[in-house]
Amino acid sequence: MSRRNRRIAAASLSVLAVAGLAACSSGTGGNADGPATISLWTHAGGNDAELDVVNGIVEDFNASQDQYVVEVQDFPQDAYNDAVVAAASSNNLPCIVDVDGPNVANWAWAGYIQPMGLPEDTFEGQLEGTLGRVDGEVYAYGYFDVALAMYSRQSILDDAGVRVPTLEEPWTKDEFMDALAKIDGLEQYDYALDMGTGGTGEWISYGYSPQLQSFGGDLVDRSDFQSAEGALNGPEALEWAQWFRGLVDDGYMAQTSGEDSTADFVNGKSGLLFTGNWADTTVKDAFDDAVVLPPPDLGTGPKIGAGSWQWALAEGCEEADGAREYLEFAHDTKYFVEYGNAVGLIPATLDAAAEIPAYAEGGENRIYLEMADQFAVVRPETPAYPFISSVFQKAASDILAGGDPRSILDKAVADIDRDIQQNGGYTS
Amino acid sequence: MISPALALFLLFLIVPIVLAFALAFTNARLISPRPPEFIGLDNFALLLTDPVFWASVRNTFYFAVVVVPVQAGLALVLAVLVNAKVRGTQFFRTIYFLPVVTSMVVVSLLWRFMYQPDGLINRFLEAVTFGGFTGIDWLNDPTWAMPAIMLMSVWQGVGFTMIIWLSGLQTIPAELYEASELDGAGTWHQFRYVTWPGLLQTRTFILVTITIAAFSLFTQINVMTQGGPLDSTTTVVYQAVRSGYQQLQTGYASAISLAFFAMVLAVSLIQRYLSRERG
Amino acid sequence: MTTMSTLSTTPAATTRAPGGKTNGTRRRSVLVTVLRSVLVVFFAFPILFMLVSSLKPDLQIFADLGSWRAFLPVGDVSLDNYIGVFDRVPFGQFILNSIVISGVTVALGILVNSMAAFALARLRWRGRGVVLSLILATLIVPFETLALPLLWWVNKLPSLEADGFSLAFKQGWLDTYQVQIIPFVANAFSVYLFYQYFDSIPRELDEAARMDGAGWFAIYRKVVMPLSGPAIATVAILTFLPAWNSYLWPLMVVQSEELRPVMIGLQYFFQMNISWGQVMAYSSLITIPVVALFLAFQRSFINSIASSGVKG
Repeated sequence: MSRRNRRIAAASLSVLAVAGLAACSSGTGGNADGPATISLWTHAGGNDAELDVVNGIVEDFNASQDQYVVEVQDFPQDAYNDAVVAAASSNNLPCIVDVDGPNVANWAWAGYIQPMGLPEDTFEGQLEGTLGRVDGEVYAYGYFDVALAMYSRQSILDDAGVRVPTLEEPWTKDEFMDALAKIDGLEQYDYALDMGTGGTGEWISYGYSPQLQSFGGDLVDRSDFQSAEGALNGPEALEWAQWFRGLVDDGYMAQTSGEDSTADFVNGKSGLLFTGNWADTTVKDAFDDAVVLPPPDLGTGPKIGAGSWQWALAEGCEEADGAREYLEFAHDTKYFVEYGNAVGLIPATLDAAAEIPAYAEGGENRIYLEMADQFAVVRPETPAYPFISSVFQKAASDILAGGDPRSILDKAVADIDRDIQQNGGYTS
Repeated sequence: MISPALALFLLFLIVPIVLAFALAFTNARLISPRPPEFIGLDNFALLLTDPVFWASVRNTFYFAVVVVPVQAGLALVLAVLVNAKVRGTQFFRTIYFLPVVTSMVVVSLLWRFMYQPDGLINRFLEAVTFGGFTGIDWLNDPTWAMPAIMLMSVWQGVGFTMIIWLSGLQTIPAELYEASELDGAGTWHQFRYVTWPGLLQTRTFILVTITIAAFSLFTQINVMTQGGPLDSTTTVVYQAVRSGYQQLQTGYASAISLAFFAMVLAVSLIQRYLSRERG
Repeated sequence: MTTMSTLSTTPAATTRAPGGKTNGTRRRSVLVTVLRSVLVVFFAFPILFMLVSSLKPDLQIFADLGSWRAFLPVGDVSLDNYIGVFDRVPFGQFILNSIVISGVTVALGILVNSMAAFALARLRWRGRGVVLSLILATLIVPFETLALPLLWWVNKLPSLEADGFSLAFKQGWLDTYQVQIIPFVANAFSVYLFYQYFDSIPRELDEAARMDGAGWFAIYRKVVMPLSGPAIATVAILTFLPAWNSYLWPLMVVQSEELRPVMIGLQYFFQMNISWGQVMAYSSLITIPVVALFLAFQRSFINSIASSGVKG
């Protein structure tokens, strides 16, 4: 479907919506056939804790009014994007979708989702990384974010004789390398460090592009998102690539770690674990002396990824007003708290954090919130992101496997630039 | 009577093939507000200059050239073993066939565990060589990743090939064996002059089916290596899927598919020509 | 009667070892048994690893990975993973869907492909050879490369929908059983297997039936098909396995949970923290029915593959 057709469709829908409003205001109220159905899709299939929260919000909303009924359809995470793409290609999208943060710009560009149209002050006090913004407009909001962190044990760091880094004073690159050398010197672990290099897919971009950024490189030149030249193959990026592969060459890290880096850390195979804070509970349950460390400052300060799953209003929704009403209803501190309690990740608003003991000031998980606030860099907000990410995943794997960093990065840049150019710069 | 099948072939095979053919000459995207444009042979020009594509072609041939004879040979050994009248034939047959009925996705996950540096394969090799063997990081070594995937693929598919051989063995009339025994032929002689010629048609059949399956190598790669390390396991079908789904380049992916069709067609024509000449 | 005896050599061929019962047989049979047993280790252990791991907690699976403990149900063994699986996914629904989808695909596949093969093997018409070659040529097309165009195309197809008591056409086949079944009914490999088998059934039988005034369809139904049990069984199994294991296609075309097949269910366990124990338990659960099916039909199945499709 062409852009023009979509515009026409959108325009006629808004006419319908206006007509609907007029009908409401003229006093008929609601629909003669009963409440209108609003379908909602979520990626939380198989994740009962999160799904229960979604279902709870929907139940509350359905009970709160009698004009609309929201119906939930859940998908397992890995199947979700394909389902949305397939549905969009047949104009079968539901009214409300959830969308992974880095895909927001792409889906907005493709006309899958539309600006949410909620008042700007709705989002006050929300972590910026949990808002899906395109050209300043909010297309999506999320209830939580994830932080990248390092885990170790006090006893390991003490044995190795290295200081515990803090938010105010994270390890510098030299300190980090020194710590690795010392932990390696203990000869108690298969590897001093496990960065989850056995992971695949988006984990690679999410986990390692912040390190690239900490070196001063980036996935793409963010000034206009038209080229990756210089960002992904400049001297900083090369330095990152050499450092990254160097960790393998020095024997500090496996070229490909085990299937589950958290399990391997807990089973004593590594001394230092770099992963997302979803590992928090497993690690703390296993070790009384577990410590959470900020990622090292590799040059331009510590950096972590941002942007997890968020909710958005789909284009072509026939009950856009109802969907908007739901999204506004659901943006309630109460639900942010429920989400936070259920998934254990970082609540997206300060109000919610204050109500969750672990994330309140002085709470044991507060460090994640602080990191998300201070160190987070969202993945480039460009429709080109899915392509960029795919190219970066291959480049990072090739670098880890010992390929020549310069030619790998130059090829990645050429691929990305060609894609951007082929898509007319991704300008609509 | 053929019309239902023809109608279905037309609808669900020919139409998509024609579509793929047409898309290959456009810049169609999976997700895009821009209508596809005709771009002539650009996709193919890009394809032919892409080193990753050529690596895929090489790997695909490498895989086929090794797996076809190995799988066929091992399957024949299994078939002869299972065909021998020894107790427990049913049990062995079932065990050899187990991998065939297990989903390739599940199989690939299981072997991913076993191929880990501290996994079972290395531990086993260390044990049987009394420590003389030092572990290999199978799936991360550009030299070993493809052989590792070959081994697993043979493991999964050989049971099926075994059954086809078995069927061939069973169509060889028992009288031929009896006659050769009367002539005093040894086991090898018997195999060479009775069994092997009797399997002529089975051979062709097996050659064609394994070749086609080998060229379509995808699931194992997708689950186990994603084409790495350093493009040592990427295959043509894997590249088509990666470009189409992950990188959203429908047009380019179609061009890869088209190149793939041409490649397999050429190979099967050559195979046909060769087997015809000898048969 | 000559015809009948020719026939019987095919389906009930005698199992005959090269060799025979000579004096060296005993030593050879010991050798064969040893070889076979070594191979059992090779073929069974990965599956054993799956079953054993399905009984262990995640952390223990990884702790045991590098030792023989990986194959032994030792340590903290329980059925917790299975309980977790049933908690997490509507397993009964998924199994039922897969049974319906695979079952109908198999049934329709046998009918449609055997009819096509019959027309190719038995009826005389122009272009027969060309059609056969074309059908065989499609064998080389892997499904992955066609999925995207096919997705676009099934979206354009009309489908008949029952809405209460009225029937209505709606556009697009997404999110139905049929979209998971119909595209996979016609299958070149099945046509080929049937064709080969039919070709081995003597034409004298057709002629005898024609003498009795039977039409082609009657010959197909009453003469050829009843003799084709082995081919039918082979096609059934070969259609069943990919249908049961299909993943990519349902991922793209199915939205409702009520229509999802078993392989999609596997994805439910791949969350931020992957529950490997449950992955193993679920994998075992979806493999066991197929193995059970195979065990139940193993004799007729092996004999059936054995007697069809070999005359290449």
